[in-house]
Amino acid sequence: MAAADPKRAIEAVWRIESARLIAGLARLVRDVGIAEELAQEALVAALEQWPESGVPDNPGAWLMATGKHRAVDRLRRADVHERKTHELGRELELTGQVENRDLEAEIDDPFDDDLLRLVFTTCHPVLSTDARVALTLRLLGGLTTREIARAYLVSESTVAQRVVRAKRTLTAAQVPFEVPEHDELGERVASVLEVIYLIFNEGYAATAGDDWIRPELIEEALRLGRVLAELLPSEAEVHGLVALMELQASRTRARTGPRGERILLLDQDRSRWDWLLVGRGLVALERAKRSGGALGPYTLQAAIAACHARARVAADTDWEGIVALYDALAQIMPSPVVELNRAVAIGMAFGPEAGLDLVDSIRSEPALSGYHLLAVVRGDLLEKLGRKDEARTEFQRAASLTQNSGERAALLERMAACSPRNGA
Amino acid sequence: MRVMVLIKANEQSEAGEMPSEKLLTEMTAFNEELVKAGMMLAGEGLHPSSKGARVVFSGSDRKVIDGPFSETKELLAGYWVWQVKDMDEAIEWVKRIPDADPGQEAVVEIRPVFEAEDFGEELTPELREREQRMREQIEANQ
Repeated sequence: MAAADPKRAIEAVWRIESARLIAGLARLVRDVGIAEELAQEALVAALEQWPESGVPDNPGAWLMATGKHRAVDRLRRADVHERKTHELGRELELTGQVENRDLEAEIDDPFDDDLLRLVFTTCHPVLSTDARVALTLRLLGGLTTREIARAYLVSESTVAQRVVRAKRTLTAAQVPFEVPEHDELGERVASVLEVIYLIFNEGYAATAGDDWIRPELIEEALRLGRVLAELLPSEAEVHGLVALMELQASRTRARTGPRGERILLLDQDRSRWDWLLVGRGLVALERAKRSGGALGPYTLQAAIAACHARARVAADTDWEGIVALYDALAQIMPSPVVELNRAVAIGMAFGPEAGLDLVDSIRSEPALSGYHLLAVVRGDLLEKLGRKDEARTEFQRAASLTQNSGERAALLERMAACSPRNGA
Repeated sequence: MRVMVLIKANEQSEAGEMPSEKLLTEMTAFNEELVKAGMMLAGEGLHPSSKGARVVFSGSDRKVIDGPFSETKELLAGYWVWQVKDMDEAIEWVKRIPDADPGQEAVVEIRPVFEAEDFGEELTPELREREQRMREQIEANQ
């Protein structure tokens, strides 16, 4: 076979190096937008030179050095410009600033801190959720505008606009390129975790399109989570989120039936779970627990997922353990959806009657109106209690509420199974 | 996608020689890079083939052959499982693996792991269903 195409090799280098490159340059120029431009300039230089000269031994260092030369050029030009346009006092102040900044020394700082600064910047609360997601995928994930557009089923220009606006917002709000102070850290970490979990969920249960699983977003979110776990090893919830994502992702293959319908956890063929990811998830959960303190919402959800993962067959599930974890989760993250899940666990641990009591107490919650899983859960509990007529009504209701055609077919089958002819 | 990166054996690995301290240090640093990049899923080194065995299938016969095995270059000394975006990215990472013995030619093989999508049209819904039924039967028989 012929040697690999140099352009493809350069693109692969770019994917591996771009986040660290942009992060390192952003510390220098204090602006992620300009940093990305400089990084792109370095990439263009590589595309011009490497096909002739060959890929250098340390391509990352080459790109960084090239980007930094351009950055220094820009800073000097800006400095000259400032001198011409500002009055004397301001001019002296600026000159002092640039001269006092030892550019070479700054260049040698370790990369990891820069990457962490970049993470906190692309996930800054000043940005809208969409903007945070787009900027994170682009600057940290190294995804192109086209790839992001394809994953989210929006046009490339929409994504491009989001990215441009996000960069402008960061500049206008003068968001500093730094790791937040201790008192602010918890809140800012939560913002980062939210973005990563949003990306994961868009992959795991896509809100648009025919395929309701997007493997590339699942993989990207997992990768970002794992990177963050190494950057912030003492943050328990980072490991909690990684554990939750690894455990959920482990079930991807078993979640879809032959007609594209969703297969619920207890009906899944567990031999199809990805046991490599299960193992990784359990390890990450242990790391989260070892980090100390009360368990946060991601860690609790991961612990629940782990109860399922540890059961080789569904009948072995530790439902009482799961109920206890949902009790804890409902304390710190009260929501009707958590209550609904708690009801399922209670139904499994203490019988369908107990589960139904809880479901009926939350039935009128406005947040659950039109939520097809409420009808599915209620139908399931009623069916177990032998109240087939009521169960049938719930399955019918659920079928009319779901957006997924495969799932609708499966629900209509359950409905038919509850009809009197099928020997109630 | 996932790839399996296969490290081939050499005379030293087959002789059960442990890597030098220098190589171990470099390998540890490289593994740290992989972990930090969020793409390392698994990886292990393998004992020499003298500790292994082969089972030869021939008709209804199953013959067990104990190691060591002679064709050193075909043997494995270790593997990684990586999550990468494509083969190009895998190749780029493989180029960065520390060289165990710079004087000697060595080969590292990269093989993509099958994913459900790879079967594409070949694995029709009907086939999937059959596969599923088969699995269910196997489970039921256990």
